[in-house]
Amino acid sequence: MASTPHRRIVERRVYGRRHVGMNIHEYQGKQLFREAGVKVLDGVHCRSVEDALAAYDLLDSKVVAVKSQIHAGGRGKGNLYCPTDGTLLMEGGVKIAFSREDVETYARGILGHILVTKQTGPAGKLVSNVYVETGCAIAHEYYLALLVDREAKSVLIMASTEGGMDIEEVAENTPEAIHKVWVDPSAGLLGFQKRNLGMSLGLSGAALKDFFRMIGSLYELFIANDCSMVEINPLVRTEDDEIVALDAKIGFDENATFRHKNWAELRDLAEEEPTETRAHEAGLSYVKLDGDIGCLVNGAGLAMATMDVIKLYGGEPANFLDIGGGADDAKVQEAFEIILEDPNVKGILVNIFGGIQRCDVVAKAVLAVSENMGLEVPLVIRLSGTMYEEGRAIIDASDLDCTSVETLAEGAEAIVSLIGGGQ
Amino acid sequence: MAIWIAEESKLLIQGITGSQGHFHGEKMVEYGTDVVGGVTPGKGGRTIELADREVPVFNGMLEAINATDADASVIYVPPPFAAEAIMEAADAFDRIKGEGVIVCITEGIPILDMVRAVSYVNDRPGIRLIGPNCPGIITPGDGGGCKIGIMPGHIHAKGRIGVVSKSGTLTYEAVAQTMSIGEGQSTCIGIGGDPVNGTGFIDCLSAFEADEQTVAVVMIGEIGGTAEEDAAAWAAANMSKPIIGFVAGSTAPPGKRMGHAGAIISGGKGTAAEKFAAFEAAGIHIARDPSEIGAVLKVALEQAGLL
Repeated sequence: MASTPHRRIVERRVYGRRHVGMNIHEYQGKQLFREAGVKVLDGVHCRSVEDALAAYDLLDSKVVAVKSQIHAGGRGKGNLYCPTDGTLLMEGGVKIAFSREDVETYARGILGHILVTKQTGPAGKLVSNVYVETGCAIAHEYYLALLVDREAKSVLIMASTEGGMDIEEVAENTPEAIHKVWVDPSAGLLGFQKRNLGMSLGLSGAALKDFFRMIGSLYELFIANDCSMVEINPLVRTEDDEIVALDAKIGFDENATFRHKNWAELRDLAEEEPTETRAHEAGLSYVKLDGDIGCLVNGAGLAMATMDVIKLYGGEPANFLDIGGGADDAKVQEAFEIILEDPNVKGILVNIFGGIQRCDVVAKAVLAVSENMGLEVPLVIRLSGTMYEEGRAIIDASDLDCTSVETLAEGAEAIVSLIGGGQ
Repeated sequence: MAIWIAEESKLLIQGITGSQGHFHGEKMVEYGTDVVGGVTPGKGGRTIELADREVPVFNGMLEAINATDADASVIYVPPPFAAEAIMEAADAFDRIKGEGVIVCITEGIPILDMVRAVSYVNDRPGIRLIGPNCPGIITPGDGGGCKIGIMPGHIHAKGRIGVVSKSGTLTYEAVAQTMSIGEGQSTCIGIGGDPVNGTGFIDCLSAFEADEQTVAVVMIGEIGGTAEEDAAAWAAANMSKPIIGFVAGSTAPPGKRMGHAGAIISGGKGTAAEKFAAFEAAGIHIARDPSEIGAVLKVALEQAGLL
């Protein structure tokens, strides 16, 4: 059966949040907001305790927030740990400071330490940046997100009066509290849509006017910057009836990198898995997993299916790796290098069903790898499709120590038994 | 009769002078596809050799369709220009013929470009878009046929099984599985792995249901989104022909994009387990391992009295 409507809302939102790679920090997002005319509070990006104290002096505000900058949500409820011995150092990755001393304590507690939140996983993220921001008098907190809805094939704007809360819980418990607007790409975001969305949040008067202006600017920012997601939680109405973004979570669509030269500077490589980044630069798609059977496959669907079948035969895949279509010798060698760098890998399954990809190219690359690097782990090769006869002939004619099979199932069975796993 | 593409359909190639367009143009002609010309803006007026034939190059799609009366177009244009190529083809087919099939192979098109392009295509009801980021569509014939895309032609044979898949190479796997039990294909469609695309599962199932040549359908999904669940629900209510289903990504970790832009489990949703469950609830015959598709298909055909 199809999933229920509110589950879809959650799916769509979260889909947007984690979609396609490139996220930026809150402090960078707020700079984009400022430039686009979306109101944010004054704040300063800091990389040291001294920076944070200077920021406090500069901002000249009685109360400031000291906010950990990582590419994951749930920072406020997260905990900070020592990177060397793992002891708990401070509760909460976003702190409200009422004095210069507080700022020093909190910045010291955050910088250089590991922040673990609901979204980071148990390994957490090392925090190297903080954002020190002035406070404001909040009358109400809202939730706002823009993302691409894959089912409706259009930009979806979602807003809720339940700001500051975990939106997944809101969607689960009170789906009627989430208001939605889909934007027709040829018409753009229309006035009545902005007005209705604002009124559905209970806004009126000056606050409604400010929301109307803000949401228009935000939609323009979303389109102009090729965003895959913008989430503001919370968006607030101040006691002066101004609409201000207290948070900024922005993700870009990596497919649009070619028309955004500034993304290179916004990227924080420390937030990304280094092997995945290296694979990405080589035109490979790689995701590290916890198992011990390395996989080298052409095509995303087949790469996933290869992992699934290894598991069916009692093994555990060490990675997802799609070499794409038409990979050349160098690319296939790079793929092998990446797989072999994982110390957990005890065996490798090569599964190629050539369409664009020629099997003979893969076969030659495998031989080259074995000559250059020496293959110490068992290797199973399955070649099908374009030029498979030539590919198999190259493997058979060599003195490469490997098992050649005809189907994926045979390949999975062979590699699992070769490394002594499975039932 | 197959679906959407007949064995004798006439094809234009957008990006015909590029390396991909030229390479696959030759492969398509070798397979038997009636390639009648191509488009590369600025290079109109010349001709280009594709295997055993020489075809004209045009500056634009309007001119190309007027001159060749093409039925379909395939796009091998780089990502920055691909969405515009889709819209140009949609406009030209709509103006001249009121119908046409556009197959976009290009991978890596910005998602907001696709939002605009899909909306543009949907405003022209006679136009069908397949893809982007897909292997294309093939209708095998008796000694040849019509291959539009990048799939290896030689693995296919004319027959009575419809194949629809989000994944390219996994489509080939499914085709090989039908062949392993001596069954050929009516039409095979790769709908692509991008989050925003043209033709979806339900469009394909609906067309296969109406197609006399097709007796059963192999459907290959993958993690992410709810297209598989929606298709299963639709099939339970509307489909009389047996469906054999597989979903890739049972072992994919949540929150990680598995190659395809759309293949991501988020917030515990879009998992393979949910999709398999939806398939089962809809009476779809499930293969847990793509190497089993042939055997499962055989059982389904026997149960339906087709073997």
